[in-house]
Amino acid sequence: MIGLNHYLFLATLLFGIGIYGVFAKRNAVAILMSIEIMLNAVNINFVAINRFIQPADTVGQLFAIFVIVVAAAEVSVGLALIISIYRQRKSVNLDDFNLMKW
Amino acid sequence: MNFPILSATLLAPILGALLITALPRKQEQLIRYAAAVSTLASLVLSFIIFLTYDRALSGMQFSESIPWVKDLGVSYALGVDGISIPLLLLTNLIGFSAVYASWHTEERVKEFFVLLLLLISGVMGTFLATDLFIFFLFYEVVVIPIYLLVIIFGSSKRVTKEYAGMKLTIYLLIGSAFLLVGLIALFIKGQALLGFPTMDIATLSRADFPLTFQIFVYSLMAFGFGTLLSMFPFHAWSPDGYAGAPTAVSMIHAGVLKKIGGYGLIRIGLFLLPAGARYVAPLIAVLALGNVVYAGLICMTQKDLKYIVGYSSVSHMGYVLLGIASVNLISINGAVMMMFAHGVMAALFFAMIGNLYHQSHTRNVFDFGGLAHQMPRLAVGFMLAGLASLGLPGTVNFIGEFTIFVGAFRQYQVLTILAISGIVITAVYILRTLGGILFGPRRPEWDHLKDLQGVDLIPLLILGGAILIVGILPFTVMDLIDSGVGQLISQISPGQIGGIF
Amino acid sequence: MDNILQFAWMIPVLPFLAFALIGLLLHRWPKLAAASSIGAIGISLVLSILVAIRVFSGDPGQVFEMSRRWLEMPGLKVDMGILIDPLTVVMLMVVTTVALLVQIYSLGYMDKDPGLASYFSYQSVFAGSMLGLVAANNFGQIFVFWELVGMCSYLLIGFWFGKPSARDAAIKAFITNRIGDFGFLLGILFLMILFGTLNYGELASKIAGHQNLTALLPIAVLLFFGPMGKSAQFPLHVWLPDAMEGPTPVSALIHAATMVAAGVYLIARAFFIFSQVPQAMLLIAGVGGFTALFAASIALVQNDIKRILAYSTLSQLGYMVMAMGVGAMTAGMFHLMTHAFFKSLLFLAAGSVIHALHEEQDIWRMGGLSQKMPFTTWTFVIGALALAGIPPLAGFWSKDEILLGAYAGGFTGLYILGSLVAFMTAFYMFRLIFTAFFGPNTGGHHAHESSPVMTVPLVILAGFSIGAGFVGSPLMGNAFGHFINAPGSAHHQANFIIMTVSSLLAIAGIFLAWLIYQKQAIKAEELKQRWSVAYNILYHKYYIDEFYAWIRKVLVDAAAALMEWVDLKIVNGTVNSLAYLTGFWGRSLRYTVNGQVQTYALWVVLGVALLLITALWTVFTVLV
Repeated sequence: MIGLNHYLFLATLLFGIGIYGVFAKRNAVAILMSIEIMLNAVNINFVAINRFIQPADTVGQLFAIFVIVVAAAEVSVGLALIISIYRQRKSVNLDDFNLMKW
Repeated sequence: MNFPILSATLLAPILGALLITALPRKQEQLIRYAAAVSTLASLVLSFIIFLTYDRALSGMQFSESIPWVKDLGVSYALGVDGISIPLLLLTNLIGFSAVYASWHTEERVKEFFVLLLLLISGVMGTFLATDLFIFFLFYEVVVIPIYLLVIIFGSSKRVTKEYAGMKLTIYLLIGSAFLLVGLIALFIKGQALLGFPTMDIATLSRADFPLTFQIFVYSLMAFGFGTLLSMFPFHAWSPDGYAGAPTAVSMIHAGVLKKIGGYGLIRIGLFLLPAGARYVAPLIAVLALGNVVYAGLICMTQKDLKYIVGYSSVSHMGYVLLGIASVNLISINGAVMMMFAHGVMAALFFAMIGNLYHQSHTRNVFDFGGLAHQMPRLAVGFMLAGLASLGLPGTVNFIGEFTIFVGAFRQYQVLTILAISGIVITAVYILRTLGGILFGPRRPEWDHLKDLQGVDLIPLLILGGAILIVGILPFTVMDLIDSGVGQLISQISPGQIGGIF
Repeated sequence: MDNILQFAWMIPVLPFLAFALIGLLLHRWPKLAAASSIGAIGISLVLSILVAIRVFSGDPGQVFEMSRRWLEMPGLKVDMGILIDPLTVVMLMVVTTVALLVQIYSLGYMDKDPGLASYFSYQSVFAGSMLGLVAANNFGQIFVFWELVGMCSYLLIGFWFGKPSARDAAIKAFITNRIGDFGFLLGILFLMILFGTLNYGELASKIAGHQNLTALLPIAVLLFFGPMGKSAQFPLHVWLPDAMEGPTPVSALIHAATMVAAGVYLIARAFFIFSQVPQAMLLIAGVGGFTALFAASIALVQNDIKRILAYSTLSQLGYMVMAMGVGAMTAGMFHLMTHAFFKSLLFLAAGSVIHALHEEQDIWRMGGLSQKMPFTTWTFVIGALALAGIPPLAGFWSKDEILLGAYAGGFTGLYILGSLVAFMTAFYMFRLIFTAFFGPNTGGHHAHESSPVMTVPLVILAGFSIGAGFVGSPLMGNAFGHFINAPGSAHHQANFIIMTVSSLLAIAGIFLAWLIYQKQAIKAEELKQRWSVAYNILYHKYYIDEFYAWIRKVLVDAAAALMEWVDLKIVNGTVNSLAYLTGFWGRSLRYTVNGQVQTYALWVVLGVALLLITALWTVFTVLV
């Protein structure tokens, strides 16, 4: 029987993969994708907890949809930033993006 | 009491600034006229206030009050009494002269006059406010234009203008941080004692603050306001700052902005916290002596004219501090008079130095000599400012110094005797300086310098006139100050000075 | 005419009006400026005469006083007022007369000077301030005008500001006076604190009713600082000889006749204080006597005509101060009056010579002037005889009064000293006369007599120098002394022996000068060689200027340099090191900011993890 713990475990796994991607990847697009994975891990948590703890409510599902909307917006902004940086630097490698250095 | 004359005085320069922002950048002459007209309006209004203030009635008059933040007891409250009117008048005398003293500014004229007008309004606001919050608000408003004016329009000699501007601003901000702590403490304690929140100074004075609290808050204020008044040893910003600043800023800063410190110590410190003021007074008196003698001696070694006047203003502020530290009617009358006196004198000095520097691009005393040959009117201005600076009778400075000495002598005999030796030190460095730049053989390299003419004469006429008129007829201003200080002293509880040592 | 006293306030005000008029309107027209200045002082003179007549004819001892409030608050009151009593009247007469004559003379002396208008405006301020000083009815007012005459002196000494020596002399004069005024101001403050008033009359009655007079000693000593500066008493005398850098009429008016006498006048005015304190009187007498001898000895060897006269002024001021100290107040005032006339005469005559010789001031380059400038020469001789105390000229009577006062007051030492000074005075004055006026024409100059605008004032002053002494002489029943009269001041019967001795000493001095410099029976050069050490000390004025310069350099300038070092290194150093420390931390920590967003994110996650662990640990420990 698949219970709440399985979902939570999957979410933790996905979140871990996402964090690893954010820290380890050098490609900006890959990082954006890793962030998406982390967001989706959160979505799984929302839905699963909603389903198993308070089935009468739909707050968790609502929040999941909300997160998906925000994520979509975030991806579009993020991609736009990456494209504009790419136009300037001809690269999507994060090591080249150190404009904010002291 | 129908026409809000105080608000009108306060807003005239701001309106001028708004008008200037709307003017095209190229219309430099128009911009100058706008600045001149708006400061003239303030000057005329403050002169009307000076004349129509009912001296027999005394107390706060022309009051205006609009509630602003009810929960904090903040209201936009303005009012003037015998202490603030001379300083208000001083602000406008100097503000008006400062516009003319910077008539020949060439770069970024628009920005310059906008910032200058904001500065003038800010300084005026502190003298008009009867609400702690509004007072502090205007005090902070002043800092921004000062910083920009110094780093954009200043001059670099011994220190760069960036260094000077930063030093000035950071000192002011550190002082105001301490002040803010004190004000918040006052507000909270006042609310606890009175049972309702208020920022109104007169209302707060009804609260009976405990002694330790008074000592604590007054010490914070003495540090905050003392820094602003260039109290030894927190004076280091003053000479560098004046040297770096453009003429108009030096005039306003040395002339009136500094006086906010003395004004605050009297109006807020002494009025709300008399016991604390008396407890800390001996320490302030000792530091004041440091100002007078120490800064006076340093003046003797300076070569840059602006440094000489900068250190001498530190030295003169010692007299003001001594007057405040003596906490009696005569000494505080003298302190207020001295603030007025030093204001017009220092502003005139800086205006003359500015004119000379604008033409010669040097301020070193040893570069000059015999300028009275080429520039007799400038020499008159320098002589007048110099003689006022050394406290010659017939100038307003004598009135201030003499009154302070009489008042302080009752309280601190030895300290006052040492402080009076300052009149000799001042005479030495002022006369050396005047002799060095004005007298001596004619030097042909300065033949191209033009004497004061046209608008250049306005600072000399306005400020020099104030020095002489009030100096010859001191009762015109002194009676006013006395009415204000007398009321303040009568409202605070009597007590004994001392305790800190 | 009865209410002429009601208009007495105009006497000091008129010259100030002339100053304002010149400063604001007439500075472009020198002739008009001069006319307004002379007109104002002329009207003041007429008013003074009328006031004097009124006071002479009125009851002796009556005092007229009126004042307007000037600076007033609870506990401090300084009025501007006038006090008309015999003392004031004498001073008003002296000041207006000499000022008028000097201003007329200046028309000739300064005729080619481009700064004529400002010259007359300064003269007007001076006249107004001096008259305000003598007419003052309280110490606050006298201090105000005291400083103002000091300023005029500064401006007029430095009138030819192109000369560095004039500039330095002006500064020296002001600063030396400031040191005196420092003490004077302290004395006034003490008076204010102790008695709560500065008005002469009120002070006098309060002091009379005061039991414990010990506090008066510091007050009297401090007040005496003022006269020490203004009347150039040792050790604050150094400014007066240097003040001769100013135009000669200025030296005559300010640095001989009026302003320098203000110190003596102050002692007379405050005599009700000084006379209560015998120790202070002794100090005054001692300082005065010492200055008299000291300055006379320097005058013996100087070569500059104006400097000789300046040291002579110092010496005579010492005489007057000494007179005050021995209690002979009226004698001191009498000498002040006669000295004002004959010393301004001497200066103006010297100015006439200097003008004729195109700024030549060395007496050894003059000579033979008696034929070319008869008016100047003979008026100068009259002045010198009056100064030397030859009967029956003015100086004889007043000097004799002082010597009499010293002798009768029991100050035998001071009497002998005063007689010695009388001898020296006669000697150095006639050394000057025999060398400059009667000796051979060594400079090869072509002098000619000055214009009437200059010689007429000389003749008038010569008349005063001859006649002014009679008002105080025993021949007229010592009218002057009875007129002035003040409590505490001593009167003595004329002593014929003292008169004879002092006259003989003066004649001996003249004779010795004649032997050395006219007859050349004794060679001046040989004396110089034989007494070279003494000569050098005297010639260098006892090295006091050098000593003060050393003090200034070693003490004052060094202290200033030390303070500057403290300010730059310690005060500014602290501030700058605080700023540096802040910057240092910033510079050190900035390496953690490498611009990589991923690093920042890592820090954030680690931080969150740390917080999480702490929180969980807390929960865990609470639960378990």
